[in-house]
Amino acid sequence: MTSLSMNPVLGFLIDAPVSVAHYLVVGAILFTAGVACMATKRNALGVLMGIELVLNGANVNFVAFASTYLAGEGGRPLGLDGQVFAVFVILLAAAEAAVALAITLNFYNNHATVDVDRADDLKG
Amino acid sequence: MDLAAQLPLLLGLAWLTPLASFVAILFFGPRMGPHGRNAAWVATAAIVTSLVLSLAAFVVWLGVHPVQAVAHGEHGVVHAAADAHAGDGGHASGSHDADGHLAADHGHGDPHQPAAYSGNWYTLYRGGRLELSIGYYIDALTVLMFVVVTFIATCIHVYASGYMHDELHEVTDHEVRLADGHHLHRPGRFPRFFQALSLFCFSMMGIVIAGNLAMVFIFWELVGICSWFLIGFYYERKSASTAANKAFIVNRVGDFGMLIGLMALWGALGTLSFADSTTVGPDGNEQVRPGLFSQFRPSEAGHVLQVPDGMVAAAAAAEVATISADHASSPADAASQIAARIPDWRGMGMGRWLLFIAGVGIFCGCVGKSAQFPLFVWLPDAMEGPTPVSALVHSATMVAAGVYLVGRFYPVLSPDVLLVIAYVGAITLFIAATIALVANDIKRVLAYSTVSQLGYMMLALGVGGWVAGLFHLVTHAFFKSLLFLCSGSVIHACHTNDMRKMGGLAKVMPWTAFTMLVGCLAIIGAGVPFVIGLSGYYSKDSILAQALSFANANPGHRVLSWAVAGGAFLTAFYMFRLWFMTFAGQPRDHHVHEHAHESPNVMVTPLVVLAVLAVVAGWTLPGGLGIANLLEQARPAGTAAGLEGGFVFGQSLLFPAEHESHEGAVHITATLTAFGTAMAGVLLAALLYLWKLISPDLIASIFRPIYAFLAGRWYFDELYDLVFVKPTLGVANLASGVDRGLIDRLIDGIAWAARGLAGIDAWIDRTLVDGLVNATANATWNAGLKLRGLQTGRLRQYVMFIVLGTVALFVLAAAAFRSAGTG
Repeated sequence: MTSLSMNPVLGFLIDAPVSVAHYLVVGAILFTAGVACMATKRNALGVLMGIELVLNGANVNFVAFASTYLAGEGGRPLGLDGQVFAVFVILLAAAEAAVALAITLNFYNNHATVDVDRADDLKG
Repeated sequence: MDLAAQLPLLLGLAWLTPLASFVAILFFGPRMGPHGRNAAWVATAAIVTSLVLSLAAFVVWLGVHPVQAVAHGEHGVVHAAADAHAGDGGHASGSHDADGHLAADHGHGDPHQPAAYSGNWYTLYRGGRLELSIGYYIDALTVLMFVVVTFIATCIHVYASGYMHDELHEVTDHEVRLADGHHLHRPGRFPRFFQALSLFCFSMMGIVIAGNLAMVFIFWELVGICSWFLIGFYYERKSASTAANKAFIVNRVGDFGMLIGLMALWGALGTLSFADSTTVGPDGNEQVRPGLFSQFRPSEAGHVLQVPDGMVAAAAAAEVATISADHASSPADAASQIAARIPDWRGMGMGRWLLFIAGVGIFCGCVGKSAQFPLFVWLPDAMEGPTPVSALVHSATMVAAGVYLVGRFYPVLSPDVLLVIAYVGAITLFIAATIALVANDIKRVLAYSTVSQLGYMMLALGVGGWVAGLFHLVTHAFFKSLLFLCSGSVIHACHTNDMRKMGGLAKVMPWTAFTMLVGCLAIIGAGVPFVIGLSGYYSKDSILAQALSFANANPGHRVLSWAVAGGAFLTAFYMFRLWFMTFAGQPRDHHVHEHAHESPNVMVTPLVVLAVLAVVAGWTLPGGLGIANLLEQARPAGTAAGLEGGFVFGQSLLFPAEHESHEGAVHITATLTAFGTAMAGVLLAALLYLWKLISPDLIASIFRPIYAFLAGRWYFDELYDLVFVKPTLGVANLASGVDRGLIDRLIDGIAWAARGLAGIDAWIDRTLVDGLVNATANATWNAGLKLRGLQTGRLRQYVMFIVLGTVALFVLAAAAFRSAGTG
C-alpha cells in the first residue's frame, strides 16, 4: 500500500474518494489482462475468454462514465447512453461468442485440435 | 337484271383466274403430285375456267348486242340496242368505285358511238391530275380477244402438258456441254413452265381488258417479262438466255418510245383513260372527266379527229402564259380567254406535232412488241423457247398485243401516224417474207412468217382498214398457233428443227401433216374466189382491198398495195416450201425418218380443234354472225367515214372509208389478185420442191449474192451488232478500264494509306498503352508477392500487431494533440 501511495501517477487513488478514475483503472487492468490473454493463449477458448475480458473492460468504463453519482458536482455523466452502450456490447459479446464457438467447433472437427497456432491455412 | 352489267364481272374473273393459278403453282408447284405433274392440271383448269367465262361473256354480249349483217356505213342500227339499256347498268357491275359506268351513257342521241362499258375496279392513286387505276374498257373487240386468247391458250395448255413431259424427270440437255465435257443434268422444270404460262395469260388478258394506257403499259411490261421467262426456259443454253435477253432489250427500245407517247398524252391531256369517267365530287355533283377518245374525237365535233384542247394549249404555252399574266387577278377570266382562243390556235396548226409524237410514240411500243421493222430481230431468235411458247407467245398473243393496241388506240392516230404505220408494216412484211424464203429451220420459217403477217396487220391498220387489220389478227391467231403446234409435233417426232433432214413425213404423221396443210392453206388465203374460203381468205382479201382502195385514193402510195400482193405471193411460196420439204417426197434423212412417229392424242387433239377454227373463223353465218361484223360493232367512233389530212410528209392523205373497199371493182380486183398471187406462189413451190422440175440449188447459185443476203437475214443482226452492240460494248469496256485503272487504283491507294496508318496506331497501342497498363499490373503483382509474408497465419501474432498498432496510433494521436495544443 505504501509503495502504491508513493506512486506519482496512481498514488492519488489511495487517498481520494472513489471516482471515475478508480473504475478506469479497473477497466484498464481488465483490458490489459484480456489482451495479454489473447496474445498468449494457444487454446482458442482461452483467446475467446481474453476477448470477453477486453469487452468487459470497456463495459466498466462505459458504466462508470454513465454514473451520475461518480461524476460528482458539476460533472457531465453520459447517463443512460453509457448504460445502453454497455448493454449493446454485452449483446455483441454474446453473439460473437456464439459465432466464434461455432467456428471453433468446426475447426476442431476438421483439425482435431483447438490450438490457434495450427490455424494457419490462410498463411500467405 | 341487266345482263350487260355482268360483263365486267365475267371478264374480270376470267382475267384473274390465271393469276390464281400462277400464285398456286408458284407456292405449291413442286408439291403438286410427283415432279409437280399436277401443275399442268391446275394451269389448264384455270385457263379453261377463263375460257368458259369468256364464252359466257361472249354469249351475253351477243344477247345484248345482236350482230347484224349491216350495210356498211349504217352503224347506228347496231348501236341502237346499246343505247336502249344503257341508262343504269354501270353501278350494278360490282365495281368498288363510284365511277363505274357505261360509256354508252354518252351515246344517247349519238348513234356513232360504239357500245362499250368502262369503269374502274380499283383506284391505285389519285392526286392532282394524276389518276392511276385498274379499270376496264369492254367492247366487242375486248370480248372477242378474250375468247381468242383463252381459246388458243387452252389448246396450248393441253398440248404443252404432252409436249413438256420430258421436264417431269431429270433432264439431260444435249445442247449444253459442261466444262468437264459431260452434258448438263438438271431436275425437270415442269411446274415452272406452267407457272409462267399462267402469268403470261393473265398479263395478256390484262392488256386486253385495260381501261387506260397506264394499265396497258403495266401489263405490257408483264407480258415482256413473261416472254423473257419462257424464251429463256432452257436458260442453261447460251443461245436461249441470249435470245431471252435480246427479246427483252429490243422490247425496251420500243417501250422507251411508248413512254414518250404516254408522257406526251398525259402531260397535255391529264388523263390516260380511254373512255370518259364520272366521279362524284365533294359537292355531290357528278363530274365527267373526258377520256382520250372523247378528247380526240369529241361528239360535239361529230367524232372527227382534232387536236385536243390540252395539246393545243400545251403547244401554245407562251401565249397561254401571256394571257394568264395579263389576267393574274382573275384566273376565271384568263381561262375563258384561253378557251376562246383555242380554236384559232388549232386552226394555226398548233399541237399537231404533239399529236404526231404521241401517236408515233405509242406505235413505237407496238413496233417492239409486234416485232415490226426495225425491231423485229428478237422474234426469230425467240424460237429458242419450247414450241408451245412459240405458239402462244410469239404467234397468237404477245405479238398480237401491239396490233391490238394500235387497234384500240386507233381513234387517236392522225393521218401522218397512220402513214408511218402503213410503211413500217409494208417494210416488215416484205423483209420478213424474203428471209422466210430461204430459212431452213422450220420454226424460223414460221417466225418470219409471223413477222410478215404482223406487218400485214399493221399495214392494214395504217391504210385505214381497222376491221381488216384486227380481223386478220384473229384469223392469224388461229392458223399461226396451229402451224406452230404442228411444227412442234414434227420437232417432237424428229428431234431436229432442220427441214433439210425431214421429208416424207406425211406417211408417218398423217394427222400433223393434214392439219398443217390446213394451216398453210389458211395462211395463204386459199379459197374459191367469191364463193367460200378458209379464214385467211377473208381477212387477206379485205386487207388487199383496203390497200388497193388506199392506193387509188393516194396514187403516190401505190407501193403499199404492191407490197400486199407481193407478200401474198411470197407467203404462199414459203409456206408450201415448208410443207413440201417437211411432209412430201422421199425421206432425206433415214435416221430421222425411222424414229419419227405421230404425236400422242393430247397433242393431236388441239391440232384438230385449231384446224377446224382455222377453216371456219372467217365465215359469216346466215344472219350476220361473223368476226368481221362483230368487230364492226367496236369500230371506234368517227372512223367509219374515212380520214383526210396530214402535214408532216408535205401532202394531204386521204384514207378511204373501209366499206368502200368491199364494193365493186376494188373488191373483185383484190380477190382475183390475192387468188392469183397465192396460186402462183404454191405453183412455184411445187415446181421447186414437189415435182423438182427446177433445182432450188441451181437458183440459189445463180442468184448467189441475193441468196446469201437473204440467208444472212439481211444482215440486220450484224448491222445492229456493228451500230449498237459494238459501240456500246466499246464504251462499256472503256468505262470498265477507267473503273479498273483509275478508280480502283485510287481506292486501293486510299486503302493502303489507311492500312499504314492503322499499323502505326497499332504499334502505339501495343507498346505505349499496353505497356503502361502492364507495368501497373506488374507493380501490383510484385507488391502483393512481397506483402504476402505478413500473412503468417499465427493468430497471436495478429493480436500483437493489433495491440502494437493501437498503441502506436495512440502515441501518434497524443503527439499530434500535443503539437496542436502547443501550436
